[in-house]
Amino acid sequence: MTATLIVLALIMGGVVFWLIYQTINVHPWAEEGPIGQHHAGGAYSIPAAKIGLVVFLCVATSLFSLFVSAYFQRMDFSDWRPLAEPDILWLNTAFLILGSLFFQRARNAAVGSQVDGVRNNLLIAGLLTFAFIAGQLWAWQGLQEHGYFLSANPANSFFYVLTAIHALHILGGLWVWSKTVFRIQNKTEIYQVRMSVELCTIYWHFLLLVWLGLFALLLST
Amino acid sequence: MAHVALADKEQELAHPKTWIGMYVWSQDHKIIGIQYIITATAVGVIALILSGLMRLQLGYPGVFDFIQPDEYYQAVTMHGMIMIVFMLTAFFLGGFGNVLVPLMCGARDMAFPYMNMLSYWVYLLSVIVVCASFFVPEGPTGAGWTLYPPQAITEGTAGADWGIICMTVSLGLFVVAFTMGGLNYVTTAFQARTRGMTLMRMPLSVWGIIMATILGLLAFPALLVSVIMMTLDKTLETSFFMPAISSLGENLSHEGGSPILFQHLFWFFGHPEVYIVALPAFGIVSDLISTHARKNIFGYRMMVWAIVAIGGLSFIVWAHHMYVSGMNPYFGFFFATTTLIIAVPTAIKVYNWVLTLWRGNIHLTVPMLFAIGFIFTFIHGGITGLFLGNVVVDVPLSDTYFVVGHFHMVMGVSPFLVVFGGIYHWFPLLTGRMLNDTMGKIHFWVTFLGTYAIYLPMHYIGILGVPRRYYANGTTEFLPDSVQSANVSITIAALIVAAAQFLFLINIFWSIFKGRKSSRNPWRATTIEWQTADYPPKHGNWGKELPVVYRWAYSYSVPGAKEDFIPQTEIPSRYTKGEGDV
Repeated sequence: MTATLIVLALIMGGVVFWLIYQTINVHPWAEEGPIGQHHAGGAYSIPAAKIGLVVFLCVATSLFSLFVSAYFQRMDFSDWRPLAEPDILWLNTAFLILGSLFFQRARNAAVGSQVDGVRNNLLIAGLLTFAFIAGQLWAWQGLQEHGYFLSANPANSFFYVLTAIHALHILGGLWVWSKTVFRIQNKTEIYQVRMSVELCTIYWHFLLLVWLGLFALLLST
Repeated sequence: MAHVALADKEQELAHPKTWIGMYVWSQDHKIIGIQYIITATAVGVIALILSGLMRLQLGYPGVFDFIQPDEYYQAVTMHGMIMIVFMLTAFFLGGFGNVLVPLMCGARDMAFPYMNMLSYWVYLLSVIVVCASFFVPEGPTGAGWTLYPPQAITEGTAGADWGIICMTVSLGLFVVAFTMGGLNYVTTAFQARTRGMTLMRMPLSVWGIIMATILGLLAFPALLVSVIMMTLDKTLETSFFMPAISSLGENLSHEGGSPILFQHLFWFFGHPEVYIVALPAFGIVSDLISTHARKNIFGYRMMVWAIVAIGGLSFIVWAHHMYVSGMNPYFGFFFATTTLIIAVPTAIKVYNWVLTLWRGNIHLTVPMLFAIGFIFTFIHGGITGLFLGNVVVDVPLSDTYFVVGHFHMVMGVSPFLVVFGGIYHWFPLLTGRMLNDTMGKIHFWVTFLGTYAIYLPMHYIGILGVPRRYYANGTTEFLPDSVQSANVSITIAALIVAAAQFLFLINIFWSIFKGRKSSRNPWRATTIEWQTADYPPKHGNWGKELPVVYRWAYSYSVPGAKEDFIPQTEIPSRYTKGEGDV
């Protein structure tokens, strides 16, 4: 459970430090009167959707780190036979990196209010991500053909489960992506989709990081 | 030009016109909270009846033909899982969390109302799936609420085919539902607080609920991981947890899996789960004690830090549930130490509750009775926890009724007393009527004294060595006949306590229609949920403008004030409205 503990210690440590920092010199029993900006809901200028996404990324981090912990624990048993990772994973990784890159370009275009830039970059990024998913399926297909079945060995089981969970997260992102593309095609004003593009970008960068971590783990063991 | 940040624009609320839009597919946090409360209560009644069945068997073994070993184990399993996950977690976070967080923070609704609605419906689906397992072939799983493999998915355990799959699927759904709800509670409390509601002006109820939600968001993935792997072991014959095993003389296809890995994952969720249930109870009971003792909470800042510290520590104590799993003794030493350290912030909270009562103007209202009852049961459950936290004491007591007595006292009875206290306290806010006082007092005394009649003898028979999870004790050398007498008395007490809960349900139904109309702020509380535009609050909670908060939530019995409480929204005399705006 070391991997999980390290990750959770970082997250919990962040939460605890932030909360204590916010509260250390405050004496609410002695202070009276108005405090803070006059606003209509919203204690911080960071939009709620962004905070929500960051909280969700913490949940996903916890999920993946638990899988990794389980992976390390199960690996120590004698029946573990590492499988040869299909070469196509390198290509898929390249797709995902490029996808992330084009999302970043789309986000920059959204900040600069360039509708065409947003649309084109968003479409390319989505296509690259679909290519990644297709590539992952291709990798599964190859493993099946060579007899690396799901239940044949725990290393195989973990390979399928880890890639599947990661792909499910990507599919969730693609659903939001398709809604955003749809709204842009329907000539929605750019400022109304800016947030969606930005959130997608953060999410894609996160999933790229997760994939790089998982890929490194799979290659090294 | 003044820059208007996105967050400064008030979010648009959906305003449905139809009855179904307002009360069924509702996005109003109060309605969703009530939906959670009703569902959790319904499923809690099922779990209560199951515990009655268990007690009938233990009190009168062999008398009731319809309780065979399989049924007994199924009742044990479903009682545990339903009470912990589908009742208490859902009630505290889905119920109280939904109702209280936006109201106490001064928000119009949750940050993401649509996702909040979705959260309830996925939760309901998970409840339906878990209840459906009563009707599948061979019935629900009987593996114990911890669902340890290989037993849980091997032939011979009740419900090893369909029951366990219903259970894992429903837990997976629950985690999804909880995550959607949890994102809301955290984001709302951090982002959507009204003006003047700084972190340290939040009532402790909100602190408890938020910290518990953070724990849940980080710990429930461990449950998700373990149920995903268990489902694969069951259906696709992988070997994550399943070792090489022969069942009914036949070698199964599994090999090399690690049941201990499951225990680690399960308790990595399971221990924070204790605090997911306890922290909201800590928060709510602090508010109840302060309000009904007309005194500010003692050591507010320490209470906040204690909640945060308990939350942080709760992730490094999980293996104290596994002392008898054959772990390295050095691990045992580490986990015993962390377990005892977590007693420090917990003890701070108990001292502060008692010190809040000291020289307070104590009103023995029904919510207050439940709050004080909680202090008793929590101290008793907590002290037996110190016994079990030590490896050398735990090893002989593990798997005896001492453990059953301990955890029922600390995370069964105690949170339930707070649930009841909270309902008696906030019922007027949601319905505009008071609950009946006499019925409430009967409910409290029968429940409070009754639980002692149930669980104190359990500690005693546990020390004698009565093993838990046994369908019947039979005759042994070391158990005196008095153990059976104790079991009969426990059963009678349990049935009386169960009956008292139905009196409580009658009280609720009767009071919704016939209860005495409550005044606007019947407990004369300072917190802003009682200061809404309409009473009971309508959709959107506040009038045209959000409330402005001028002080913390505990201005009770302030010297020189004209009343013994000053609401958080009351403008201090040296300010006029609008002055001090930035």
